[in-house]
Amino acid sequence: MTNGWIDIKNTDTMLIMGGNPAECHPCGFKWVVEARKVRNAKLIVVDPRFQRTASQADLFCQIRAGTDIAFLGGMINYAIQNNRYNKEYLTNWTNAAFIVKKGFKLPVDGLFSGFDPVAMKYDVSTWNYEEGGNVTGTAAAAIAAGDGPATAESAVQAGQAPPAKVVPAAATNGKPAPPALPPNTAYDLSLEHPRCVFQLLKTQYSRYTPEMVSSITGIPADQCKKAWDMYTSVRKDGDMKKASTIIYAVGWTQHTFGTQIIRTAAMIQLLMGNVGRAGGGVNALRGHSNIQGATDIAGIFDILPGYLKVPLPSDTDFKTYLTRITPKASKPKEWDSYNYWSNTPKFAVSFLKAMYGDAAKKENDWAFHYLPKIDRNYSWVNQWDAMYNGKVKGLLSFGMNGVMIGPDSQKNIDALKKADWLVVGEIYPDETSAFWQAPGTSDEDKKQIKTEVYRLPCAGFAEKDGTFVNSARWLQWKWPALPPPGDAKVDQEIIARIFLKVRELYQKEGGKFPDAILNTSWSYTNPNNPSLAEVAKEINGKALADLKDEKQTPSEWKAGQQLPGFAWLRDDGSTSCGNWLYSGSWPEAGSATQRRSTDDPSGLGIYPGWAWSWPANRRVMYNRASCDLNGKPWDPTRRQVWWNEAAGKWAGNDVPDFKVDSPPKDHMGPFIMNPEGVGRIFVPLAALADGPFPEHYEPIESPVANQLHPKQSNSPVVRKYKTPLDKYGDPKDFPYICTTYRLTEQYHYWTKNNPMNMQLVPEPFVEIPEELAAQLQIKGGDKVKVSSIRNSYFCKAMVTKRIKKMTIAGEEKFQVGIPIHWGFKGLPDRRPENERTPANLLSPTVIDPNAYTPEFKGFLVKIEKV
Amino acid sequence: MSNGTLEVKAISGHRGGTPGRGVSRDYDVCKLVDTTTCIGCKACEVACLEWNGYDFRETTFDNTYQTMPETAWNFWNLIKFNEYTGDDGTIQWLMRKDQCMHCEDPGCLKACPADGAIVQYTNGIVDFNQDNCIGCEYCVTGCPFNIPKFNTETKKVYKCTLCSDRVGAGLEPACIKACPTGCLHFGSKEDMSFEAHKRVDQLKANTSWQHAGVYDPGGKNGSPGGIGGTHVIYVLGDARDPEKYGGLPANPSIPFFVTMWKTPLKWLGGVGMAFGVLGVFLHHVRYGSKRVEGEEKRP
Repeated sequence: MTNGWIDIKNTDTMLIMGGNPAECHPCGFKWVVEARKVRNAKLIVVDPRFQRTASQADLFCQIRAGTDIAFLGGMINYAIQNNRYNKEYLTNWTNAAFIVKKGFKLPVDGLFSGFDPVAMKYDVSTWNYEEGGNVTGTAAAAIAAGDGPATAESAVQAGQAPPAKVVPAAATNGKPAPPALPPNTAYDLSLEHPRCVFQLLKTQYSRYTPEMVSSITGIPADQCKKAWDMYTSVRKDGDMKKASTIIYAVGWTQHTFGTQIIRTAAMIQLLMGNVGRAGGGVNALRGHSNIQGATDIAGIFDILPGYLKVPLPSDTDFKTYLTRITPKASKPKEWDSYNYWSNTPKFAVSFLKAMYGDAAKKENDWAFHYLPKIDRNYSWVNQWDAMYNGKVKGLLSFGMNGVMIGPDSQKNIDALKKADWLVVGEIYPDETSAFWQAPGTSDEDKKQIKTEVYRLPCAGFAEKDGTFVNSARWLQWKWPALPPPGDAKVDQEIIARIFLKVRELYQKEGGKFPDAILNTSWSYTNPNNPSLAEVAKEINGKALADLKDEKQTPSEWKAGQQLPGFAWLRDDGSTSCGNWLYSGSWPEAGSATQRRSTDDPSGLGIYPGWAWSWPANRRVMYNRASCDLNGKPWDPTRRQVWWNEAAGKWAGNDVPDFKVDSPPKDHMGPFIMNPEGVGRIFVPLAALADGPFPEHYEPIESPVANQLHPKQSNSPVVRKYKTPLDKYGDPKDFPYICTTYRLTEQYHYWTKNNPMNMQLVPEPFVEIPEELAAQLQIKGGDKVKVSSIRNSYFCKAMVTKRIKKMTIAGEEKFQVGIPIHWGFKGLPDRRPENERTPANLLSPTVIDPNAYTPEFKGFLVKIEKV
Repeated sequence: MSNGTLEVKAISGHRGGTPGRGVSRDYDVCKLVDTTTCIGCKACEVACLEWNGYDFRETTFDNTYQTMPETAWNFWNLIKFNEYTGDDGTIQWLMRKDQCMHCEDPGCLKACPADGAIVQYTNGIVDFNQDNCIGCEYCVTGCPFNIPKFNTETKKVYKCTLCSDRVGAGLEPACIKACPTGCLHFGSKEDMSFEAHKRVDQLKANTSWQHAGVYDPGGKNGSPGGIGGTHVIYVLGDARDPEKYGGLPANPSIPFFVTMWKTPLKWLGGVGMAFGVLGVFLHHVRYGSKRVEGEEKRP
C-alpha cells in the first residue's frame, strides 16, 4: 500500500477491484465502512461476481475476468474527456510533459515499437525520453511537421532501417551500452506536443470507448460511464480538495498482464492527483499476514533485501554491478530530482557487511563474488517446470503448500515424483508432503515414486515471536502465545541447523566454492537457534566504526551501536545493514516494532508511535505530492506535510517522504525513488517487459479474440510452457470463463483442518449463474465435474443470482467461480466419498512477464453433472 | 454501554408477586445490528459458539453461504443470507444476524408454565434457566421469531442469553466483541435507538437505501399479542419488507391462544376452577357424600 489500512477512512471515493476485502480482509474492511459512515464516501466494486464486498457497494459492475485494463483504460479516457484531472499536479508531479523519442509506436495493432517476434522480446530503445530541455511553445510547429507518434506503417519502415551503430565510449567488451535515460529530458509544459506523454496517453486510451470497453468487459456501457463518473467526480474541473483511493489484491496480480493492470491504476491515480495524499494512493491488500515482509526481505529470486537488484553473470565486478543498478537522475534540467536510489552503493555495501562480516573487505569487492548470480528466471512456476524436467532435484518447502498453490497442481505433483528428496516444514500434514497420495494415484504408481520425503513439524505463527509486516508496511513485533507442541521447532532453528551442517560438510570436504558458505556471518548467541530479536537487530544495521555526521542529530554513533535509520549507511564498510528499508526499526533505544502508542494527534489515523513502518516510519509514501508547487496542502483539512518557510524545512503530521530542506522553488519531484523525481505515466526503457503503457490483452485461455487487435490477442511476450502436461484450452470445448478465490470462512489450505471453519462452509462448490444452470439442467446441490483441458475438479453446484450472463463481442458468455480451499488432506476424514480435488488442478501454467505470477483468474472450463 | 446489575423483573409460571423484583431501576441494554454494514463474515457465529462452549457440528452444503437453515439449540447466532433482486433489477445480497430479540413483552415467558424457567431481567435480557425447564416447548410456540430450540436429548429448550454472564460483569456480548466492521453495537436502548435513527437518516440522505428504517417492532406495550419492542434492533436498508431479511416478521406478535391463555383468559381458568369447586359442592348437596358400600356393613 502506498498509504495504509487506517488511511482508507480519509477517502471520499473507493474503487475496489481485483480484491474482495470484505471477505478476505474483514478486519481491514472496517476502514471502508468507517469512510462510508463518517465521510459518506462512495464505494464502487468491480468483480466477476457479486461478492460480500459488492453487497456494501454504491455501485457494482460485473466484469469478465481478465479485462481489467480495458475497464481502467476506459476510465483514463473518460477522465481526460471530462476534465477530471488536475493540470498542476499532472504537469509538475508526473512525466506527462516529458517528450518521448521519435519512433515510439503505440500498440494500435497490439505491438509497441521494437518487437522481435523470434525472441518474443522488445527492443526498448524507442521507449525512452527525448533529450533537450524545455520545448514548450513548439507543439504547433511539431504538429505542422507531422511529428506524432509512429503509426503501424511508419514503425515497420523504421524497423527496416539499419540499426544505429552508435557505440558509446562507456561500452565495454565490444557490446553497445544498454540504452539509458537522458540526463536533461525534453518537456512541454503546455502538454500539447504530439509526442509528450500526455498526448500519447490520450491517443492510447481514446480507443477505449464505452462501447469498446463494454464489448470487451461485458459491463453495459452506461454502467461503465456511471462507474467512471462516480470515481472521477472527486476531481470535477480539476478541484483538488477531495481524494479517491484504489484498493486491490491478487485479483489483479494473477494474470499474464497483472503488473500492467496495477500500472493502469497507478496512472489513473497520477492523472487525478491522488498519489501521496491522505485518502488516496494505490493500495495492495496482501493475502498473508507477512507477505509484505517476505517481499521486502527478498522472498523473490531477482531481488536482494530492500529491493536491491540481484547480480547477473555480466556483473563481473562490484563496480560493474553498481553502475548497472544505480540510476542517474533524468529530468528537465530546471527541475531537481532527489533520485534516492543514487544511494544504492551505501545500501549494497552495508548489506554485504551484514552478510559476510569481516570477510567483506574493500580489497575483495566487499565479498560481492560470494553472492549468487542469476543466469535465468528462477521464479515459482519455472522452478516447478525445471523439477518436472528433471533439473531440480530437491525442495525445501516452508510456510507454503506448493501442490495446492499450483498452478496446474498435477504438474507440481508429477514434478515432485521426479525429485530425489523433499523436505516440508508444516504444522499439519499437507498435500505437498502427501503428494504421493493425490487422488488418482494407484498403489502401483506409489511403488514407482522414489522421492524421499521428510516432514518436519513446525511451530505455528502464535508459537513464535518476530515481526509481521502488514499491507500498510508496518513492522509489528509479536510475542508467542504458547510454546510449540511436541517435537515442533521454530523455522529458524530448523534452517540454522541445516545451514550449520552444510557448513560443516564444506569445512570437511571443501567443495566447489566453499568461501561463500564458510564466510557467511553467523554470529548469533545460539547459532543453532538464533533469536529473532538478534536477527532483527542485524537487519536494522549498526555502526562498525565511530560515525560522525554534523547534519544529523545526534551527530555521532559509536562502533557497535544500532543505527537510527538508513541516512547513516555508508559505502566504506563502516556500517552493516541487512535491509536498508528496515533501518530504523530497531535503533539503539530498542525495538520500534514493539511500540504500542495509540496517540493520533492529527486525527488522520497516522498513529506515529504504533509499531514502525518502512521507510523511516512514513505512513503515506510520496507525501510531498499532498502539497501544491508552493508546499501548501491541497486540502487544508487533511494536512500531512507542508513547507515551513520560517524554519526552511518540511514539517508534518507524517514524516516527510522528501529531502527535508529542499525548498519548493527548487522544484524537486515528490517521487524520489524515480530518477525523474516525478510519477511515471509512461514507463521508460526496460522497467516493464510488455510495454510502457498498459494495453488490453486477452488471458491465455479466452472465449473471444481481442477486439482491439484480433491478430494479437494475447500479450506478445508471454510464453507457453512445453511439457506434455502444459495444455491450453479452446473455447469450443471449454466455453465458460473460470475464476478462483478465497472465502471469509477459510484461510487458504490451513483451516480445512479446523472443525470450526469446516462447519461454516463444509464442502467445495462452484458458483454457477442461474441462467447457465438452467441451460445445463443443474440444480443447487447437484454434484458436478468442472474440467479444464488439464484436469477435473469435483464439487457441488451453487446456483446463484450473483453471477449474471454477459454479452461479450455480441455473444452470450458465462463465467463461474471456484473457492480454492479444499484438498486431499484435512477434514473430513479421507473416505472415497469425501475425496476433495485441489482447485488448482484446473489452472494453466503461464505467468506474468514482469512479476511471474501465474494466471489463476480467467481460464476456460466446462461443467458436467456427475 | 450498560453494566447494570441483573435484577429480576418477572418470572414464568409463578403465582402471586414476582420474588426479587428489582428494587432500583437501572437502564436497559440493547443490541443494534446495522444490516447495511454487515459483511456476513460469521465472526459473531463463531464467537457465540466459543463463548458458550458449544462444539462444532456437521453441516452440509445447501446452495447458500448460510451456515445452516435456522438457529439450533446449540447454535444461537446465525447470519441469514438472501440473494434478492431489487426494484431496479439489480442484485442485493442481504445479510442479517438472527438471534433472540429479547422482547420487552416476551412471548416465551408468557407461554411458559414452569416456575422460574424463564427470567426477564430489568435490563431487558430474557434468559432461560434450564434447571427449571420442563421441556413442554410452549415457549417455542409463544415466540414470534422462531428462536427457542428444543434439545431432544436433554429435553430442555435453549436460546441466546444476550450473554447475560458477560453483561452482568460489565462486558459486551461475545458477538459484539467479535464484529470486525462495527456493524454490531451495544448500549442502552435509548442510545441504540438514537444511533439507529441517525444512521437511517444518513442512509436516506446519502445512499440508494431510500426506504431505510429501524426495526423495533411490538406495537403498544401490553396490548394483546404485542411484544412491546425488542432489546435487539435492526437498521434495515429497506424497512418496507423486513421478511426479505431472512424472514424477519413484519408484524411479530405472540400467537393468539398464548395471549388469550395467559392474559384475558387467565381469569377463565380461575372461573373454571371456581365452577369446578361449585359443581363439587352442589353435587355434594344434591347427592350427598359418596358412600362406600362395604363401610355400612362394618360392624
